[in-house]
Amino acid sequence: MGLGPFARIPRRGLLRGGAMLAGMAFGVERSAAGGRGGDDASAAGHDMAGRHGRNRVVGTVDADRNGFDPMDFLTEFDTGIITTEPDGRQVREWTITAVDREVEIAPGVFFPAWTYNGRIPGPTLRCTEGERLRIRFLNAGSHPHTMHFHGIHSARMDGVPGAGEIRPGEAFTYEFAAEPFGCHLYHCHSIPLKRHIHKGLYGAFIVDPDPDRHPLAREDAASRRLGTPQNASWQELVMVMNGFDTNFDDENEFYAVNTIPFAYFDRPIRIDRSRPIRIYLINITEFDPINSLHVHANFFDYYDHGTTLTPTHRRIDTVMQCQAQRGIVELSFANHEPGLYMFHAHQTEFAELGWMSHFEVV
Amino acid sequence: MVRFVWLALPLLILAAIVAYVLGARPLDRIGAAAPPVEQVVVEGTRLRPGVIELGIRADGSQPIVIAQVQVDRAYRAFDIKPAGPVGRLDGARVTIPYPWIGGEAHHVVLVTSTGATFEHTVEVAQATPELDAGSLWQLAVIGLLLGVAPVATGMLAFPAMRGLSAGTFDFLLALTVGLLAYLFLDTLGEGLEAGSASLERLRGQTAVWVAAALTALGLFVAGRWRGAAPQGAALAGFIALGIGLHNLGEGLAVGGALSAGAGALATFLVVGFIIHNVTEGIGIAAPLVRATPPLSLFVLLAGLAGLPAVAGVWAGTQAPSPYWLALCFGVGAGAIFQVMVEVTALTVRKSGFVALGGLNYAGGVAAGLLVMYATALLV
Repeated sequence: MGLGPFARIPRRGLLRGGAMLAGMAFGVERSAAGGRGGDDASAAGHDMAGRHGRNRVVGTVDADRNGFDPMDFLTEFDTGIITTEPDGRQVREWTITAVDREVEIAPGVFFPAWTYNGRIPGPTLRCTEGERLRIRFLNAGSHPHTMHFHGIHSARMDGVPGAGEIRPGEAFTYEFAAEPFGCHLYHCHSIPLKRHIHKGLYGAFIVDPDPDRHPLAREDAASRRLGTPQNASWQELVMVMNGFDTNFDDENEFYAVNTIPFAYFDRPIRIDRSRPIRIYLINITEFDPINSLHVHANFFDYYDHGTTLTPTHRRIDTVMQCQAQRGIVELSFANHEPGLYMFHAHQTEFAELGWMSHFEVV
Repeated sequence: MVRFVWLALPLLILAAIVAYVLGARPLDRIGAAAPPVEQVVVEGTRLRPGVIELGIRADGSQPIVIAQVQVDRAYRAFDIKPAGPVGRLDGARVTIPYPWIGGEAHHVVLVTSTGATFEHTVEVAQATPELDAGSLWQLAVIGLLLGVAPVATGMLAFPAMRGLSAGTFDFLLALTVGLLAYLFLDTLGEGLEAGSASLERLRGQTAVWVAAALTALGLFVAGRWRGAAPQGAALAGFIALGIGLHNLGEGLAVGGALSAGAGALATFLVVGFIIHNVTEGIGIAAPLVRATPPLSLFVLLAGLAGLPAVAGVWAGTQAPSPYWLALCFGVGAGAIFQVMVEVTALTVRKSGFVALGGLNYAGGVAAGLLVMYATALLV
């Protein structure tokens, strides 16, 4: 408190012994100032005013101006274009451009972001294990950038300074096989790394298992692979847990899944309870050691990194991930009554700073 | 006519320079990509049951939008009045429904549209006293105990002071100067601190000095309106006025402590100030020793010196803006400075400049400073 008369208040500690004196001397502070404090206040402040209990951001983000909508992002899979080489080999290709862009990361809050293709997270790249992948990367930004994929590739394709880092105006083509199958990510690996990541350069990279390679678990693999009849019954959602440090003090002001705080709170994600849910969950939160997902009133199977076809955790309702850790969550609301079911980070701080959401089970 | 041209020319050139800087924007080339500069200060906090209210003031290179508000690291619904961006040096009121907890600390963060954050801590949450008739009276009692009672008590020493020798009288006047010097430093310090809490561009600390200088000048001129320096009852009146303005500050401190939930501290402050202020009564009465003042004069002087404390307590509970506090303290410091000069002038007129170097005078000033400092330790 900078105020002159308030400056004496820190001496409070010294005055604990004076409390008795206070009680007998005047009792004025009770009648004049107190008596309307704590208890009444809590009752009044807890007046719910909607299901958020007034824990919310004010206003809405203009998705049109941003050019991306967190609701669409959940189910948008960019499978690229399949081209055939002169030698007859098939290659899956994407073109990704790094651009500087001001993004409205919370209602009325504009962040000077660095993005892949103008959005945060970048496009969700999806392919099948064993495929040849080619990512043509252009840098239209103002700093050097890379695309570093979490996967198996050669040193030359690692997307780090000295191997695939490009300056503004340059281009680079990453080429490798899609391995291993799982729920992965890509991000910029230029230095300073922390800044390049939290400015927005990251995205999901999903490699579906090829059922032909898993004869003993063919059905499980097929259910994972986009486009199969087995996969069609699943409700698949991509959730990238992220945060934004808007004042650059190395601490996040906003937390979310898929960038926009509370995005799925007021606009819940609609779930058809007759169909199972698969969440591709990725943690790219900067500064904080871990992030987590907790689903209300339900338990799920979890496949750490998505690199197995049998769960690595069974029947859990909370899972934590360190930065860049990711996994696949499979759950069902088949036996639940319809209604709103919360899911959020179970670091309650993150939840109240934006990472708070609802499923609307119908 | 020629003179008029020479007067107009500088004005025209000045206008041309301003037009160039604003129109051609030569500075933009230097800071072209710089984000806007933003500054927000919280000038006052009011707590009602279930509601935190902040009075804010903004400054910066463009109007500031308060986009989101956190309380204790959680985003909260809030309302800002007037709605929309807050212009340069404009104020606004941010109302946040929040189940604050009595006696505990709460941290508020204002997030602007650029993502900049401005933090404010409510050290000890307690409902801001509503100024209804009942609480006004109770707060007034505190003010009276704080200001009028000790000053009047100090004046009771007046009969004892009358029989004193000339040397002792000079010592008493010097003691008054020392006492005033202490109050001057204290008031100025409070003012500078409040000034530093206000928006940078309001130059709060400079405002304290300017207010002090203007007040001292004004009172100096007013005191010598009839050509002669004030003495006797008039000088006592000026001393009472200066001390009264200082006591306004003490009232603000007590009121501020009450509204900040430091009830025990407020009690301690009052006890301390009472002991501290008894000495002030002696100082006010000192110039009257050679006269035979009526009782009503003492009542008037005690009121002048003590009643501002009542106004101070009232105002203090309402968390006034630090800028106005700074001005207030500046005025107080100026008034005290003026009486220091006048009381010293009285000594000089009586005994010449040599007296200022004498042990009697120096000892009196030192004793005044020490007594005030020692009793201030009780606060």
